[in-house]
Amino acid sequence: MNTDALKELLYKIADDQLILGHRNSEWTGVGPLLEEDIAFSSMAQDKVGQSYQLYQMLHQMGEQEPDTVAFMRNANQFHNSQFVELPVGEYDFSLIRHFLFDHAELIRFSMLSQSSYEPLAQLARKIKGELKYHVMHANSIIKQLGNATEESISRLQKSLEGALPYALGLFEPSPFEEALKEGGIFEGETALQAKWEESIRKIVEQTALQLPDLKTLTPVYGGRSGVHTEHLQPLLDEMAEVFRVDPTAEW
Amino acid sequence: MPVLTEATVREWLEEVKDPEIPVLSLNDLGVITGIEVLGHSHVQVQMTPTFVGCPAMDYMKMEVEQALQKRGIQQAEVTISFETPWSSDLISERGRAALKQFGLAPPPKQALIEDLDFLEHVECPNCGSTETQMKSPFGPTLCRSIHYCSHCKETFEQFKPL
Repeated sequence: MNTDALKELLYKIADDQLILGHRNSEWTGVGPLLEEDIAFSSMAQDKVGQSYQLYQMLHQMGEQEPDTVAFMRNANQFHNSQFVELPVGEYDFSLIRHFLFDHAELIRFSMLSQSSYEPLAQLARKIKGELKYHVMHANSIIKQLGNATEESISRLQKSLEGALPYALGLFEPSPFEEALKEGGIFEGETALQAKWEESIRKIVEQTALQLPDLKTLTPVYGGRSGVHTEHLQPLLDEMAEVFRVDPTAEW
Repeated sequence: MPVLTEATVREWLEEVKDPEIPVLSLNDLGVITGIEVLGHSHVQVQMTPTFVGCPAMDYMKMEVEQALQKRGIQQAEVTISFETPWSSDLISERGRAALKQFGLAPPPKQALIEDLDFLEHVECPNCGSTETQMKSPFGPTLCRSIHYCSHCKETFEQFKPL
């Protein structure tokens, strides 16, 4: 098995989950209504927990402890897509990001549940069941607000158009695409993207929103190789503040 | 001294309850996925979380270790594994009854469902009506969703199917 390819895959998935988990948690206590506050907080808890198990898997392959990996790296050592590090913005942007990201993650983990790397396949079977609830939540709220008022529709439309180039960055090809496919570890970003497009289209078609022609958009790449926006480092500093003060603290 | 068996260990663990649902034992919740007796004072227990991010997992692990130590097991090893992933179908009949008694709607059987629409019309644990709607797939803990009963006008929670 190609360990470098597997590690690269695990890092980017774990980093996406960790960073978006922290972004989601920024809605805790300030969500627009109680159910949404709880939903974003719950999804945050799921995602951070999922990232922990992925870092744990990396640890078993010889990488550092999960806490060290999560809290001691700088922005250029993170492999998350730029999409997940963008600030939460207005609620319409957070909802659109949640919708676009979780459709991709559910499909990614469904694909990984067939992985030839058995520990990953086992974990993916578990995680995909949890992500179904994230997608269910996204679909129901996008369908409600995407058919509601002129304001809700125009806000979501604007956020959708702004978010899509970043969302396409989720599928930035890895230098190991062929190795992952050949080893049966993962079917690859191209296959994932095709399924994702079909999956989001099905929902957008049930709303008053218009999905732009994705072929005309330029994906925002870079995140997978450590190139990030100015938004990531401040987030990491905040996330790691307590850990860096006292790495041995129990809490 | 009688030979220590897996069944005895499982019986001992009956006293360890879900910290958030104290009427439900970990056995009935289905999170204890393996017990191996390796010697008269050496037991390995395999556990799996209901949800990957469940914050109660470390606590449950500690409680299992303590329950075994109390019975004189010096080497009580608890490992977390995803080999047998938890699903709501692993909750026993007794566990389902305990949930209902606690005021939580038990999850419908036949999990691994493709479609989550059945979360509508969950039976209300207060009045038994199915004139209910799901308000949110997310509740006070990762494993609960929030529902509303149009018949008795009460909000209730369901232990989510997974």
